[in-house]
Amino acid sequence: MGARVITVTSGKGGVGKTTATANLAVSLASLGKRVVCVDADIGLRNLDVVMGLENRIVYDLVDVVEGRCRLRQAMVKDKRVADLYLLPAAQTRDKTAVSPQDMIALTNQLRTDYDFILIDSPAGIEWGFRNALAPADEVIVITNPEAPAVRDADRIIGLIEAEERRIPTSLLINRAKPEMIRRGDMLSVNDVMEILSIRLLGVIPDDEMVLISTNRGMPLAMDNHRTPAAESFRNIARRLTGEKVPLELFDDNSGIFRRLLRRLGLVS
Amino acid sequence: MDDSITLKGIREGLLVTIKPDGRWSDVIGRLMTLIDSQGGFFRGAQITLALGPREVRRHELANVRKLLEKRDVVLLGVLSESASTQGAARKLDLKTDLTRVELEPEEPVEALPLRPPPIDPEERGTEGVLIHRTLRNGRTIHSNGHVVVVGDVNAGAMIVAAGDVIVWGKLRGTVHAGANGDESAVVCALYLAPTQLRIAGHITISPEDKRRKPKPEMALVRNGRIEAEAWQ
Repeated sequence: MGARVITVTSGKGGVGKTTATANLAVSLASLGKRVVCVDADIGLRNLDVVMGLENRIVYDLVDVVEGRCRLRQAMVKDKRVADLYLLPAAQTRDKTAVSPQDMIALTNQLRTDYDFILIDSPAGIEWGFRNALAPADEVIVITNPEAPAVRDADRIIGLIEAEERRIPTSLLINRAKPEMIRRGDMLSVNDVMEILSIRLLGVIPDDEMVLISTNRGMPLAMDNHRTPAAESFRNIARRLTGEKVPLELFDDNSGIFRRLLRRLGLVS
Repeated sequence: MDDSITLKGIREGLLVTIKPDGRWSDVIGRLMTLIDSQGGFFRGAQITLALGPREVRRHELANVRKLLEKRDVVLLGVLSESASTQGAARKLDLKTDLTRVELEPEEPVEALPLRPPPIDPEERGTEGVLIHRTLRNGRTIHSNGHVVVVGDVNAGAMIVAAGDVIVWGKLRGTVHAGANGDESAVVCALYLAPTQLRIAGHITISPEDKRRKPKPEMALVRNGRIEAEAWQ
């Protein structure tokens, strides 16, 4: 069996796919899991920057696919955490350099040696998304509590549902602003779930520490930061490993949805 | 309208037959009035004038051509039994030889193959599709009959049906019922808040205050506009 291949995608750009991938990878590695992140955004790679590994890249995913190096050679080890690796995207090529079959073959090579393979999907619904989806055992769809992001998430979920094989898909709501939700100025978790109606994996509060850590190339989840977003990422990672961690919804406590979840023992 | 001018569609465009009696300027005036009254119908059209034995001079034809050009209509040719009119037309580079092809009576067409018997009126409405899942953003359903969705229709999804559309769920996408022109088509949903709703040639959007309690509603065309009423 080996690794679980989890693709992180969103449809819309800028909702926090790459940041979430990096933080979930770090969190999972901190839990003692063996983790590889694959940047599937060929031509617009970012994950290496967010993880602070840019300067250590020698080979990339396209080099592996085209046989210029072995898979091991292209993988960059993160020295700050045990068992965390990055397979970077090529910067000078475009998405057509890799096929969905290549991605399946590549992840199959990695499966035996790792627990989690996280694939950071490019925005959009074209070739790059197809590449990222092809090897996925599971998908995490990321959205923000705003109408355009939810609209695109809905589209992506529809495309995943239309696949011949059933791919378990869950939702991660990023950049929730509890204060705005309480005032009714932002879509609540409840509103988002009503439209998308898939399993909710977690909610990450808006946190300016995320931006700071991204610019430093030091994912928030590293170093045991105590900020709200870091805590959320860690909780989500624990949920991914099968642990039961109550959901933090940042919603109005009186909501029907919340009461229902509380009755089911899913939130505190 | 009087019968001094008759129109017929031909392969080359429109054939305008002008009776040989009546003053030329009057007839042409009537033709221009006719063209102007038809809005965009004539725009870009190519017409051929059939003038019978009437004698029409070159400057008169040129003048007609100019009047037609102003209306974005091309004068393609002139069919005439008069040699002088033909000559005038030719000097203006107008065709004069469609006569034989176009004015002869059409060849009798063989009897049309039997069409399938029309669907019995009572049977209308039995045709349709049932969709048992939520239609998400980007999905489109086209049907020549009715469409029933058991699930939601999310914003960005679209249903086009010749008949009715029934949504057993929340309708937030775009729906076109009676898409072939059937004004009796209806749209029903447990929660009717479409991005846009069309029935036959009518179009409407949901009122702003969709925050009220969801209730089943049916939209239909009444007095030339789309209205929603409680669906029971």
